Amino acid sequence: MDNLELLLQGFATAATPVNLLLALIGVIVGTAVGVLPGIGPAMTVALLLPILGGLEPTSALIMLAGIFYGGMYGGSTTSILLNTPGESSSVVTAIEGNQMARGGRAAQALATAALGSFIAGTIGTALLVFFAPLVTQFAISLGAPEYFAIMLLAFIAVTAVFGASRLRGFISLMLGLTIGLVGLDSVSGQARLTFGIPQLSDGIDVVVVAVGIFALGEALWVAAHLRRRAVEVIPVGRPWMGREDFKRSWKPWLRGTAYGFPFGAVPAGGAEIPTFLSYITEKRLTKHPEEFGKGAIEGVAGPEAANNASAAGTMVPMLSLGLPTNATAAVMLAALVSYGIQPGPLLLQREGELVWALIASLFIGNTLLLILNLPLAPLWAKLLRIPRPYLYAGILFFASMGAYAVNGSSFDLILLLVMGVLGFVMRRFGLPVLPLIIAVILGPRIELQGRRALQLSSGELKGLFGSVNVSTGQFQLSPIAVTVYLIILIVLAWPLLFALIRKALPAKAQEALEVVHEERVHPQHADDVSVEPPADPEAREKSRQ
Amino acid sequence: MTVVVGFTPTAAGRAALLAAAEEAAQRQMSVVVVNSSRGDALSDPGFAQPADLDWAKSTLTDAGVSFTIRQEVRGKEAADEVLDVLDEVGARLCVIGIRRRSAVGKILLGSNAHRILMDARCPVLAVKAAKDD
Repeated sequence: MDNLELLLQGFATAATPVNLLLALIGVIVGTAVGVLPGIGPAMTVALLLPILGGLEPTSALIMLAGIFYGGMYGGSTTSILLNTPGESSSVVTAIEGNQMARGGRAAQALATAALGSFIAGTIGTALLVFFAPLVTQFAISLGAPEYFAIMLLAFIAVTAVFGASRLRGFISLMLGLTIGLVGLDSVSGQARLTFGIPQLSDGIDVVVVAVGIFALGEALWVAAHLRRRAVEVIPVGRPWMGREDFKRSWKPWLRGTAYGFPFGAVPAGGAEIPTFLSYITEKRLTKHPEEFGKGAIEGVAGPEAANNASAAGTMVPMLSLGLPTNATAAVMLAALVSYGIQPGPLLLQREGELVWALIASLFIGNTLLLILNLPLAPLWAKLLRIPRPYLYAGILFFASMGAYAVNGSSFDLILLLVMGVLGFVMRRFGLPVLPLIIAVILGPRIELQGRRALQLSSGELKGLFGSVNVSTGQFQLSPIAVTVYLIILIVLAWPLLFALIRKALPAKAQEALEVVHEERVHPQHADDVSVEPPADPEAREKSRQ
Repeated sequence: MTVVVGFTPTAAGRAALLAAAEEAAQRQMSVVVVNSSRGDALSDPGFAQPADLDWAKSTLTDAGVSFTIRQEVRGKEAADEVLDVLDEVGARLCVIGIRRRSAVGKILLGSNAHRILMDARCPVLAVKAAKDD
């Protein structure tokens, strides 16, 4: 096994004392921000990007991966103890988890979440070891037209599949593409959207956009909604599980993993859908249907496993194709670029050491998280007592420092403020943040691939669907590109197809679909704790991705 | 004619409420229960949750005194909330719970109890939690 050998080398790199320490810091910081609602791993990674500039790329990525995994764990703690999901991916956990905690079984809920996350994360990472090189082999054969199609699919999927409103998704996507356009045209050297400001001709740095949208936008939003009734934190001791809990948990863990990994790996995945599917499945398969809605352990175990497995799955397209499928992966990709490393299919070949060290650190981080989280759960709950002004003052400090450090120019601070206001406005109007950030990062790359494809075909539109075969000189349709375009069409036409399918289905399946739809559009646990009426709870939830 | 009691869901706070109920019953006065949070943190252990308020209600009802409960989230310190209510209702007596603090705690943190003791215009009854509570 060639991969295994490479992985062992990765362990050797990741297990140096410095890297171990960074992984530990990463998972601690990640768990902390995962626990705090509104402050997610994406924001934290964005804030840390400029600070990590002094580290080796490998060390920096190890720490960022720790934050990514830690955030997934932390989110479950808040969901269970507070009924306030820290992350959109732990929304489903809150349904049963909080009920369990209210019934005095908080310790068991936290334990099944932590163990499930560990098992799913480990299996997911093992699958990553297997799949990443495989996908890379496939990806190397891809040309410009195929890349263009796949990135287009990522855009469409991220906007049309996530979020309650496609219109809002597309608005956000267009905003992001526009931001990505600013600067000199890579082909002709013309200045685009620079408004005669020389500083803009280099383009807007992704770090400034990410910090502005995530950190400043959230800080402004919180400042506008500062006073809230304090919520009750259910006291918890050290998490533990009994034999019966284990018996009821292990199958949901495995099923959740099976849902989570593939969904994380496809360009439109994310964690919301697999966590939800897992919940529905467990509800149907359980031997204790009467407990669902009142705190069934299966309803925590399954979704939490799905959540972490999808985090591992996210790494597959990120490492093999350079495609981020969630906000944190998008910002991590920006980190790679800032080190001058080209993400894409050649990453595994050129930077093999880095990638394998990263994968090895995922195994290490997962284990650290389990050791850390089982005994420390009560401590994490105490984080919620930090007054928001202290917290956000720190975030704003880091945000400004980070934005300034990118180029050492005060102009970036003005840009940061503009992006922050944009982030606030987006939260106010319920625009999802994810399409914007993915568009900013992928926008210039899709443009490059699209134009390359068109150049190869001398500007003919068919160049986007295939390329000229070098040996025969004949134009050939690319089966991959055409398939991807078909998938895009299906995604776009899904509401119509959905309506048709619904008519054709028997009544029982219809009901199930209704439930899925209802729950996705109106999550039950929206912010029901705030004093002032939240503008649009579900949109707010989505915007936190 | 009212007794104002600063209530927190802690041992000291419950002791204060019990003392206030007793005083009010003796003096035939009504009780105003004040509980507040600055509201700037996600969870505040000093903020009374419904179960705590239920306990306060039943205790005061059992003591046979009339009462109102005021719970505020306005970004003010607990001491300010209590002092405001004292002036507003023209209280005859203020009851608060106090507790021991470590030397470090005294240096780092302000004391709501201290501020109420110094600034209240009516007599203040300071109550400690029973040792075993």
